[in-house]
Order: sequence, then structure tokens, then C-alpha cells
Amino acid sequence: MLARIRSLAARLLRRPGVDAALTDEIESHLAHRADHLVQQGLPRAQAEVQARREFGRTLPTREECVDEMGGAFLHSLLQDTRFSTRALLRSPGFTLVAITTLALAIAANAVVFGVINGILLRPLNVPDPKSLYGIEQGSQHSMYMSYPDFLDLRERNRSFEDLAGFTIHMAGIDAGSGATRAWAIATSANYFDALHVKPFLGRLFHQTDDRGRNSAPYIVLAHDYWRTHFQSDPTVVGRVVRLNRHPFTIIGVAQPGFRGVITFLSPSIFVPLIQQGQLEAPYRLDSRATHTVFMSLGHLRPGVTPHQAVSDLNAVGAWFDRTYPKDHNNTTFKVVNPGLYGNYLGQPMRAFVTGLAILASLILLAACANLGSLFAARASDRSREVALRLSLGASRGRILRQLFTEAMLLSLAGGALGLWISTALLRALSSWQPLPKYPILIPVQPDEMVYLSAIVLALLSGALFALVPVRQVLQTNPYQVVKAGPGQGKPGRLTLRDVLLGVQIAICSLLVTSSVVAVRGLANSLDGDMGFDRRGAFLGWTDLTMAGYNTEQIPAVQKRLYDALKSVPGAESVAFANPLPLSAGMRTALIFTDQTTDLRAANALANAYLFAVSPDYFTTVRTPLTQGREFTWLDSADSPKVAVINEELARLAFGSPRQALGNYFKTRVGHRYQVVGIARNGKYANLTEDFKPALFLCTTQSPGSEVRFVVRARDGQDAIAGTIRETLHREDSALPVEIESWNTQLDFALFPSRMAALTLGVLGIIGSMLTVSGIFGLAAYSVSRRLKELGIRIALGARAPQVLQTAVGRVFRILALGAGAGLVLGALASNVLAAIVYQASPRDPLVVLCAVAVMATLGIVAAWVPAQRALSADPLRLLREE
Amino acid sequence: MPDQAQLLPGTLDLLILKAVSLGPLHGYGILLRIAQITGQTLLIEQGALYPALFRLVRQGLLDADWGVSQNNRKAKFYELTAAGRLRLEQETKGWNLFAGAMSAALAATPEEA
Repeated sequence: MLARIRSLAARLLRRPGVDAALTDEIESHLAHRADHLVQQGLPRAQAEVQARREFGRTLPTREECVDEMGGAFLHSLLQDTRFSTRALLRSPGFTLVAITTLALAIAANAVVFGVINGILLRPLNVPDPKSLYGIEQGSQHSMYMSYPDFLDLRERNRSFEDLAGFTIHMAGIDAGSGATRAWAIATSANYFDALHVKPFLGRLFHQTDDRGRNSAPYIVLAHDYWRTHFQSDPTVVGRVVRLNRHPFTIIGVAQPGFRGVITFLSPSIFVPLIQQGQLEAPYRLDSRATHTVFMSLGHLRPGVTPHQAVSDLNAVGAWFDRTYPKDHNNTTFKVVNPGLYGNYLGQPMRAFVTGLAILASLILLAACANLGSLFAARASDRSREVALRLSLGASRGRILRQLFTEAMLLSLAGGALGLWISTALLRALSSWQPLPKYPILIPVQPDEMVYLSAIVLALLSGALFALVPVRQVLQTNPYQVVKAGPGQGKPGRLTLRDVLLGVQIAICSLLVTSSVVAVRGLANSLDGDMGFDRRGAFLGWTDLTMAGYNTEQIPAVQKRLYDALKSVPGAESVAFANPLPLSAGMRTALIFTDQTTDLRAANALANAYLFAVSPDYFTTVRTPLTQGREFTWLDSADSPKVAVINEELARLAFGSPRQALGNYFKTRVGHRYQVVGIARNGKYANLTEDFKPALFLCTTQSPGSEVRFVVRARDGQDAIAGTIRETLHREDSALPVEIESWNTQLDFALFPSRMAALTLGVLGIIGSMLTVSGIFGLAAYSVSRRLKELGIRIALGARAPQVLQTAVGRVFRILALGAGAGLVLGALASNVLAAIVYQASPRDPLVVLCAVAVMATLGIVAAWVPAQRALSADPLRLLREE
Repeated sequence: MPDQAQLLPGTLDLLILKAVSLGPLHGYGILLRIAQITGQTLLIEQGALYPALFRLVRQGLLDADWGVSQNNRKAKFYELTAAGRLRLEQETKGWNLFAGAMSAALAATPEEA
């Protein structure tokens, strides 16, 4: 392919036919002339020399002939290219600034496009991704459903070929050398068949493997996991490994590149969902009230449209409402793209990348404006050259073409550099593990689409900024220019250059403001009140199922671990909580009044975040109880069920905390709880949320196998983590243990705002660089144009401030206007930011101050050199030079 | 050598068309023919001929083909196309008008009062 292109280019550029024909014709001419001279009596040798000499005297340039022959576009292109390269190399400063500017802007855009391409555009790596749909239930963008519901839906729908369901678990896998943690996709047995996926090695699960609870202890390895953890061992099929201490047989390896259907996840293994009881406690597949299935999905039957599928599913929904009124009410379904978990992630992701794309294209626009004004300045500096060429007979078209060639050369160089930067960034992004604990993968490997986009962007932007000086060239009057010298222009008039710079500064100031807002928001969120005190607190995680304990053993084991942890030297207090606030795995519970008998969702008082916490929890995390007490070990499985609720839930469910205390409520499963304490409001799912209702139940009364504990260390006991680990290891060496400080753990909650701050910060920096180069360009240009005038002013006694006013005053007026406009825009855009960034307010005086300071600094930095040049203008030397 | 006149701008193309209209010619032949029909008055610079020839070919007024000359040498022969013939007629008319007007103007003497 490449070779073919090369030979084609060679043919077009060298035009061997044309050149040879021309040479032949000239030779023929010379021969005839020589014959003629011989006839006139000259010896042959002499005649030939003379013929050549005569002809040579008036030799037309080869180019002239080729031009006249026409069709030599490529030839003159080559000529333009050579000329432009020379012209660009003559002004390396300009060239460097232009290429860097473009490279940055194009890199930013190519990266953003790479992300859009990888996450939104590229289809899932499964066969026939177009007809693959997931099922979303209700209006909450949730795809969760209970296992019995999933089975009914699979049975009763008429639209899907087959319906698969899966959920995600963490499991301890032991292949003989100790247990390590692995992310497992627990699938319905028909999962691979429903997705049309074939094995790489061995076999995959089939519906026939499903013979009830725990009937299929099989593992399918993801290809990557097989490669990294089993060294691509082809004999792995049939080997028995321990998963959470239960024996499982590896039956196959999935195709390379098959990572399930969630774009972001890179799971290690696949296990049948019917083994759920061995993956976590308690067993939940028989409950219609617990939404165990994370997602259900399948291929639509040929000819069935998504619209038809929805009405078909809703018919099943109506059947659910009639048949299970306790669990279903107004059940409606949607079909969605499964890759981003439907609209739950899809919607914010699309909003985020759209925002990014807008910002990145603004950067490119700013870069084009910047380069356009630099180009215009350059064209007007070269107006003498242009005028000269015009008067020597060059056509305006030819001169424009040469300018365009220059622009294209710059943009291609910038594009190539930008592409190089962006592929490096995208590669880094693809191998980045933002949250080491989670199997997150950002699938943004650059592909041909990215390369293509970068090249197209480069050419487009080149064409865009080359357009700026067109009018200037078309209007050049050679006579005027040669007579008057490089144009003095009308100083008062607002030129296109001024407008471009203004626009560019506005855009950059918008970027700077947004990034300051984001950074400030991030700082705020680190200092903000989350409702608990994370300093000096260590978090631990262990899972009793992974160590092989069953549901009945859990309460006793938990108490034993609690006592052991309590005895760790340096520990002030200890508590369990599942989940911890601001971590993954948030659950919710519906709250009903004590009198409600019809426990359907529509009758609920509130939907509260649900935390199972141990005694001493509130003391340990330092969440104050405004009323009542916290749990004690006297609250056991046999004693009346008690609950602590937060102020918000008290307000929603009972009207006020005072009315709530001592009162009763019910949960979905009909358990009756008494409110014994009221906790202060805090942050639960994310840092930007408003106060949400929260319900705390006691671990002794609602045990779970996953144990997350908080240890509050006494002051200065930072080495406590090691002691905790040893303590737990002594209790049961099979327990997987992870310990980290609470600050580290908050990475999860802070991830969105960190990403926002990082991206906006980078864009802000690029914006600042563009501002500097733009201001520098215009200031340097206006100083160089008016250097003579400035010299005369200095000679006539102008003082420094006046000189500066003349030289760069205009630039600073544009800067002030542009920056002002950018601030206002930034204030508007920050409403968008508020969704991800904690307390992001553009009205924060510090933000405004920062943005103004940044812009002013940029202006001063950029205008410094030109201003110095203006001040040191030496009238005598300048006049002598003219 | 007889007196030589300066070639007016734009007249070279017309001369070439005229020379070729008398019969197909190669480049050097065109030069000789022009010298002959202008009575050696107008001398065309050898090098200036070829760009003009290529221009006329591109405009479709001339056709070119390789052949063998009287000297038994390979040469490219130029021939008038239909469009070339038409152009020659127009240009000739235009030139005659111009030349007549010019000589009339230059021949004018002061009128007697």
C-alpha cells in the first residue's frame, strides 16, 4: 500500500515523460540549428558549440516551460513547499511557536476524540454488538433486578433471542500458592451462548450446566488473566482451584479481548451465578425483594425493533404488577446500550466527554485564532515581499497558494507532533489503573480513527488560519506598499487581528477560570465536612466468605475479630461498617411507617442509604449523635431490632428528630425497628450530594460476610496498620486482609472531582500557553511595526509609561476585555461543573481573584519582551536603518 | 543584415500561428519561417519560442507530434488546429484594424487652416 503511494507520488512529482520530452525537443532544436550553421560554412564541432551558446543565452527556465504546459500542479506544489520551508526556517521563532501551539491544541482534541471513540463509539467486543441490548428498569437508570424476576422475564418476553444476567463479585482465588483477590463476573449459565461468544480454550458454561444451587463449580478465565496469572498455560483446562476455599474446576479460557459487556471493567474470571452463595453471604437468589442481578441483556430477535421490545417487556411488567404486587408497582422497562451500564453511567459519561469535546475544540479554535493573527502579522510584515512579487508578475493566486502551503506545512508538522503526544497519552491512559482495587480499564488505545481525526483536524485548522491573511494579500497594492514601506495602517481601527486575539483570550480565560474552580472545588472537598473524621483512622477489609465461613458462623467470628482488633496496641476504638460512607457498594433500603401493611415501593416513606454498623461505630468515626444512643453489644440477634437514623431521614419519615426517637418503622421485608439514636447528616454516596436519608442497622442484627472495619489510632500511631494485619492473621491466616488509611480510601469518592480537576487543569495550562503566545505575537508585532514611531517619541522626550501605553496599551485593553468576557463565560460554565466538583462556585471571590491574577500575570509575562524592546528603541539607529 | 524591429508584446503568438498555418513545422523551422516571412526583420529569440509553443498547445490552438525532419532528424512538428485557424483569422483582423489605425494616425499631417 505504502509502496504504491510512494511510486505514484514519484511519478507525479518527477514527471519523467514531460521532462524527457522537453529535453528531446531542445536537443532536436539544437541539432537543426547546428545543421543550419554547417550549411553556412562552420565546421561541425564549432557549429554545435555555437548553437548551444545561442540557445543558452535565452534559455527559458525549465519551470517556465512546464508552467506553460499546464497540469504541473504537483510540480509547483513542490516548489511552494520548498519555498515555504525555507521561509519558515528563516523565522524559527514564529515556526516554533506556531507548531507548538498547534501540536498542543491538536493533541488535546485527539485525546478527547480518542476517549470518545474508545468509550462511546467503538462497539463492544462481542459478536453482533448492534443487536445487543440491556434492560433498564423504572426511571432510576437502574438495571438491577432480582433473580426470580430475571428468570420470569427471560421466560415471558418474546423479543430477545435469549436473556443473560450477571453480577460482579470479588473472590479469593487460590491456585495452589495462596489466595489472591480476583474480580469475578457471576453469570447466568446461558451467558456466553446468549452473547454468541466462543471459547479460546476448553469450553464455556451452557444452560445445561445449571442444575440448581451450587451445581456448577466451574471457572472460565478471562484471556488476560490466563496470560498473567497462569502464564498462558494451555493445560490449565481441567485444573481444580479454590475459590473462596470451595473447589472450582477451570473449564475454559475466553477469547482474547472478551471482557464481558461493561466497557470499563476488566474482570479476571467468570463463574456461574448459581454459585452465588459461595461468593457472598447470604444466599439471595431465591428472594424477589433483593435485586441480585446486576444487569440482564441479550440480542434482540431479528426484525424486532427496540421500540417493540420495550412494549413487549412492559407487558411482562404489567404481569409482574398483577402477580407480585408486594414487589412490583408500575413496572416499566427500557432497553439500553449495555456498555456503559445503560444510562446510569452513559448519561454522565456522555455529558462529561461532550463538555471535554467542547473545551478541546475551543482550544483548537483559540489556537487557530492565535495562528491566524500571527499569520496576518507575518503577511503584513512581508507585504513588501508580496508587493515585489506581484509587481514582478506573480499572480495573486500563486502568492495565496504559497501562503496556504506555508500554513499546511505548519499544520501538518503541528498535527504530527500533536498526534505523537496524543498517542503517547492515550497509551498511558489505557494502561492506567486509576483505582488499583477495582478492575477498571480505560479502553482508549489509539486506532486509525484517532490518527485520521488528528490529520483532518490539522488540515482543517491550517486552512482556517490561512484564511485570515487572504483579504490582506488580495488588497495589496504593490505601488502603495513599495512607496510607503510596510503599512503604518490606521492605528485607531479595530482590526480582525484584535478581534481574534480578544476571542482567543476570552476562551483561554474561560478555561483558566474553570480550572481554578475545579482545583478550588477539589481543595474544598478535601477539607469539607463529610460527617465523619477520617484523620487518624485506618480502614480494613476482609471477607469471611473468602475464608470459607458460612452465614451461621458469621456473627460469632465478627465478634471474635472485633475483640482481637480492640486489643491492638495503639487502637483507640474499633468498629465495623458495611459499607463505609463514600466507598463503593452503596445499598439503599425502603422505609415504611409502622402501620403500613402493604409494603410496596409506592407506599414507602423514604429510600435511605443502608449501612450495617457495629457498636462503637459513631464514636470511632466521630459522627456525633444529636439524640439517643448508639448500638451496644447488648443489641443482639435475639433482642428487639434497633436502628440509628440520620437527621434527614428523621425529618422525612417522622417530621422531626424528636418525634423519631423511640418511634418504630418497617423495612421492605417487614422487619420492625425502633429508632434509638439520631446521627448528624453526612456525605454518603458522593461529595457533591445534598443531605440524603441514611439508615444504620446493627451488624449483630443484620450480618454480612464482607467486613470493613475502622480502627481509630491514638495520636502518632501511624504504624498501626502492620499490627492490625498481624492480629487478623493470628485469628485466621486464611482471611484476606487489606488495610489503608481512610484518606487513601477516599480516592474512590474523590475520583470524579480529581479527574475533572486534572483535565480542566491541563486544558487551563494549554489555554494559558496559548494566551501567552497570542499576546506575545501581537505585542511583538505591534512594537516592531511602530518601532520607528516609538523611537521618535522617545527622542522627543516621551517617558516610559507613555511609550508603553503606545506600544502595548492596546494589547492590554484587548486582554482586559477578553479576560472579562471569559470570566463571565466561566461563571456560566461552572454551573455545569458543580455536578462533579464539590462546592464549585465561580462567585467565590478567591476564584475570581485567582483567575484575574493568572490572566494578568500571563499578560505581563507575554508582553515583557516586546515592551523591553519598545523601551530600548534607539531613535538614531532606527532612522539610520531606514 | 537588414534592420531589425523589436517584437511588440503579444505578437509572438500571432506570428507562430501564421507561420504554422503555412504548413506543419518543427520548432527551429518555425523560427526560420518567421525570419523568412518577415524578411529577416523580426528575429525571435530561440529560447522564447518554446514557452510560447507550449502555451499554444495547452490552449488547444496547436497540435504537436513527433516526426522526422528534412535533415533526417527526429523533431516535434506543430500543426494548426481548427480552433487555431479560427483564432488566427480573428487576430489577423484585429491586427489589421490596429495597424491601419496606427499608420493612419502616424501619417497624419497638420491640417491647413
